[in-house]
Amino acid sequence: MNKTKITAESGRQEFFITREFDAPRELVFKAFTDPKLYTQWLGPRRYVMNLEKFEPRSGGMWRYTHKDKDGNEFGFHGVYHEVLAPERMIDTFEFEGLPEKGHVSLETAKFMELPGGRTRVTMQSVFQSVADRDGMMQSGMEQGINESFDRLDELLERNEKRRIKVRAR
Amino acid sequence: MPGIQQDNRAARQRLFYALAEPTRRDIIELLASNGQLSATDISDNFAVSAPAISQHLKVLREANFVRVEKRAQQRIYRINPEAMSEIEGWVQEMTRQWNARFNVLDKILEAEKRKLKKGEEERK
Repeated sequence: MNKTKITAESGRQEFFITREFDAPRELVFKAFTDPKLYTQWLGPRRYVMNLEKFEPRSGGMWRYTHKDKDGNEFGFHGVYHEVLAPERMIDTFEFEGLPEKGHVSLETAKFMELPGGRTRVTMQSVFQSVADRDGMMQSGMEQGINESFDRLDELLERNEKRRIKVRAR
Repeated sequence: MPGIQQDNRAARQRLFYALAEPTRRDIIELLASNGQLSATDISDNFAVSAPAISQHLKVLREANFVRVEKRAQQRIYRINPEAMSEIEGWVQEMTRQWNARFNVLDKILEAEKRKLKKGEEERK
């Protein structure tokens, strides 16, 4: 079982996400740079992801939005500093929904070849301050809680349908 | 149970509100790098007035972000380690979210691998 590892030490401006994949490096890199594959896995389930601009090459730009079922839209954008297939990708990241602009983080993704056709991906995000990092992680948490509520809703709905079915018999 | 959940939610919202203001973020940074500071020391680091800083400190206190201790005539501020341990909760939640994403990616990679293999066989 491949496990996701997230490291965020308190009082620091960065966090790391590490995960191993049972696929060769070229393929994993492709999943990060091919728009068709990228949108399939990156979007959180409660949002519709719209990839507006996607230029995964050094100097290219990217922007996508997440739209929830109430029509609220959240934008994210940045530029690719370096895209070096199939080993490294460096880009900037800014969430457009913050109270003030200019809170940008720097993301570095490294793709490391492992024996047996496996790949380890390490993603580092460095923020301008500890508070920026903590704010980002906290909003991720709130989103996660909302997602859990969505799942609960679905579960309840399924149970409700089952009950109606039973009653109809 | 719902009461506790709501309390947590309110506490998080207070934390988020406290972090949304640039001066307050700077105060946190300052405390994070110095360990502890008196209200005067904090105020000396900013161009804004002492009453304004005192107001920011009040917001941070109410959000439970900082702790204050009275020592003689001074009020000594430090970061509340419990607020910082929230980070562990955030990490857990983030791990869950990224796991869900990566599990989808695993399936995509499997499908891509099958496609590649098929392509190779056809070429033979």
